[in-house]
Amino acid sequence: MNTIQDKEGVKRYMLSLTVNGDPHTVVVKANTTLSQVLRNELALTGTKQGCELGDCGSCTVLMDGKPVNSCMVLALEAEGREVTTIEGVAEGAKLSDLQESFVNHGAVQCGYCSPGMVLSAKALLARNPHPSELEVREAISGNLCRCTGYVHIVEAILAVSEGRTTPPEEANAGGEA
Amino acid sequence: MSINTKIIGRSVPRIDGRDKVTGAAKYTGDIKFPNMLFGKILTSPHAHARIISIDTSAAEALPGVKAVITHKDVPDIKYGISPARWDENIFCIDKVRFVGDKVAAVACTDEETCYKALKLIKVEYEVLPAVLDFRKAMDAGMPQVHDEYPKNINVEIHQEFGDIEKAFKEAHLVRTDAFLGNRAYQSPIEPHSATSLWDGDKLTVYSSTQSPHYFQYYIAREFGMDMGNVRVVKPYVGGGFGGKMEPTGLEFAGAVLAKLTGRPVRMFFDRHEMFAHNRGRHAQYMEITTGVTKDGKILGAHSNFMMDGGAYTSLGIATAYYAGALLPLTYEFDHYKFDLFRLYTNLPACGAQRGHGAPQPKYAFESHLDNVATELGIDPMDIRILNARRPETVTPNDFAIHSCELTQCLTRARIISNWDAKKKEGGMPKGHGIGVSTGSFVSGAGYPIYRTDLPHSAVVIKVNEDGTSATLYTGAPDIGQGSDTVLCQMAAEAMGFHYEKMKIIAADTETCPMDLGAYASRLTLMTGAACKSAGEEIKKSLLEMASSMLHLPPDDLECEDAIIYSKSRDGKALTFQEVARKHFVLKGPLIGKGSYNPPKLGGKFKGSPVGTSPAYSFGVQVGEVKIDEETGEIEAVGFWDVHDCGTVVNPRLLHGQVHGALSMGMGESVWEEVLFDDEGRIKNPDLANYRILTALDMPPVESEIVESYEDIAPWGVKEIGEGSTNPTMGCFSNAIYDAMGVRVYSLPLSYEKVWRALKEKREREHGGKE
Repeated sequence: MNTIQDKEGVKRYMLSLTVNGDPHTVVVKANTTLSQVLRNELALTGTKQGCELGDCGSCTVLMDGKPVNSCMVLALEAEGREVTTIEGVAEGAKLSDLQESFVNHGAVQCGYCSPGMVLSAKALLARNPHPSELEVREAISGNLCRCTGYVHIVEAILAVSEGRTTPPEEANAGGEA
Repeated sequence: MSINTKIIGRSVPRIDGRDKVTGAAKYTGDIKFPNMLFGKILTSPHAHARIISIDTSAAEALPGVKAVITHKDVPDIKYGISPARWDENIFCIDKVRFVGDKVAAVACTDEETCYKALKLIKVEYEVLPAVLDFRKAMDAGMPQVHDEYPKNINVEIHQEFGDIEKAFKEAHLVRTDAFLGNRAYQSPIEPHSATSLWDGDKLTVYSSTQSPHYFQYYIAREFGMDMGNVRVVKPYVGGGFGGKMEPTGLEFAGAVLAKLTGRPVRMFFDRHEMFAHNRGRHAQYMEITTGVTKDGKILGAHSNFMMDGGAYTSLGIATAYYAGALLPLTYEFDHYKFDLFRLYTNLPACGAQRGHGAPQPKYAFESHLDNVATELGIDPMDIRILNARRPETVTPNDFAIHSCELTQCLTRARIISNWDAKKKEGGMPKGHGIGVSTGSFVSGAGYPIYRTDLPHSAVVIKVNEDGTSATLYTGAPDIGQGSDTVLCQMAAEAMGFHYEKMKIIAADTETCPMDLGAYASRLTLMTGAACKSAGEEIKKSLLEMASSMLHLPPDDLECEDAIIYSKSRDGKALTFQEVARKHFVLKGPLIGKGSYNPPKLGGKFKGSPVGTSPAYSFGVQVGEVKIDEETGEIEAVGFWDVHDCGTVVNPRLLHGQVHGALSMGMGESVWEEVLFDDEGRIKNPDLANYRILTALDMPPVESEIVESYEDIAPWGVKEIGEGSTNPTMGCFSNAIYDAMGVRVYSLPLSYEKVWRALKEKREREHGGKE
């Protein structure tokens, strides 16, 4: 990896990675995190920062298809890797089934956890297309949501595993089926 | 009463859903300006200390540091959100009052330099003894947190309605129980941030706020500016729950740093700083006494409370009044006494968290009521049905209740939770227990936070020139609860238009009419009422226009589903689009305006405005838990929530509020507590050790609503967002008691406390040691 040194003697590394299919080369320090590269260098602010300690999961992205907390991954670890952020989930203007299902099921409230939640769910369905409810809950247990109590999020993910993106009933004012 | 609506009552998808699932939604911290600097605040490492000196020279000399400010560089006018006690300074002047109190700030070319610069600011302190236990704060010889407030009393309340002595004298049973609450923190997933920039004399602040209006008011006041020169913009907000109600050092310090440097400045909290800034739930010590008849009818009640306020007032005066004022909502009794002290301590300031002052007192009262029921041998469900408030009644503290379907909620919860079968001997597996609790909350506060005669909500709707869309302009901030969506539903309903064709511009003090903000569960009723007026004005203009086009009287015309038709003659119809376009051509822009002011509410005694509201929601939760006798572990097996929240605008969003409130309430019931060491430092300022619910912790929940209509509200609506938090802690407490026969008298009802209570019970039963 090419390096240069600044005036104070701090080394900078030339990092090459693929994000949402696009090749990028950026200059980073050894302590730069992947989330910082995505948000600050590549302006992909869909990757959220909630705690920067790996607790909340808002910064979840996929690295070679596997969900990671991008605040806990050093940028240099992404050298030569394929990174998928929330901006890379839709196919052009068409939402993916998971995104569509999240919207239709009311799985989104404040939306701050939603990018990470969608990516964790995407990784789950890629490795296990028909998960049980418990497997869904386990897969998103590293993504904290303070708004929804997870009920509609779990419904939205299970719906996609059953080939749906809308709730079975379109609820009227009344009981929630 | 059922109403005929086209859009209200439909679970339309959120208007912001697409933006939020694609990453397109910009939150404050995502917005970047050319030439932008980054700012951080230096905070106190001591709970209580005198500031001897501050030396910023080394920080100023660091390359990349553009400005360093202390109290000398900012106005010294005290501020707060509650005008009753303005007691905060932008930066501490003589003393710091908690670990995290604000001392200085820096603006630098990047984040990393900010942290380096903060370390170079030298502050010399004289450490003072601190007040860390609110229950001892009034004791003789305790240090003074603020010299102006003797005995550390921030506010004291003594109210009596009716004759409590008489009620207790006539009672068959008078019982007192005491409970201790926990310090909880809102923990929104988005950290607070604010970006300030100046254009000449005009300041613009992008902020993660629940109330652009109060931020605008307080920023203008602090800097002696006209409100018209302060623009506050709320981008998407990642949750608030009460913690983003008041301006922080981020707005004030950012504005000063931006002015000094002539560059935009982004200020932000990290997770630890969020916990230190706090404004979360007050811990309360709650003593409750009630007098009841032999049948369990409540004759009177006395609430005697103490609150840990922390170092500053925040919204705490309102919290204090709410704590006692909302207790008489769910049960009818004539005699009520309420005493409270809110105390200053050298800990982070507490404020308003979902449900405001009500959830902890509700936990205490509902636990106490079960103790009373046990003593009298009455089923907990029966004692609640016996005492349940009825519609068109008045509480002893003068709150007028109109719609109230609490009895229906209780009856329904009894059925869907299978209460009667489960309460029978052997009705549940060993270790299981079931508990019930009620709640109620305001649908918007009857009075604003600072005294003003401005309307509480105002909106404008502008129909696009060619009639193909309409834009709602509202100051109401959507912080995740979904107000942008339901307000567009209500606007479209009133206009006879389509929800899918609505756009919204919201929560920007310059482009939108004012709105007090997202608090007190107020937007659906109050801003909804403004939307209804504005939409009806548009419809009226359209029908007048159509009248001249169709040569029919306007009152023969109706607009529904964007079609204007004659009520008496078949075949005479025009589209919304063509009539709106014609209006623009002949009469100019098609605009509707609406504003809302609540009616005059409440009694005449001191503190009477707090708790007033045009309408109150009512709700019941039943919870079934399973306790592991060996470990004290609590598993929530199932929850049932039945609510009277008037007409439902969007069922899916509504149930989402119930689920979210339950998850927050469950966290506070079992796990959540901000802990301090003996020097006032937070021991668990992160989301690994301050444990909020994960997807694996959330129990199955059935959320139902009962038929209800509120005459005083637009389309009969009431609140849902905050009230649903109120029953949860009492529900857990009562379910644990039912399962194990032990009562835990302090929150959180942790595994350890349950285990200890079980151990003590066994020791009692076996006459000493196990």
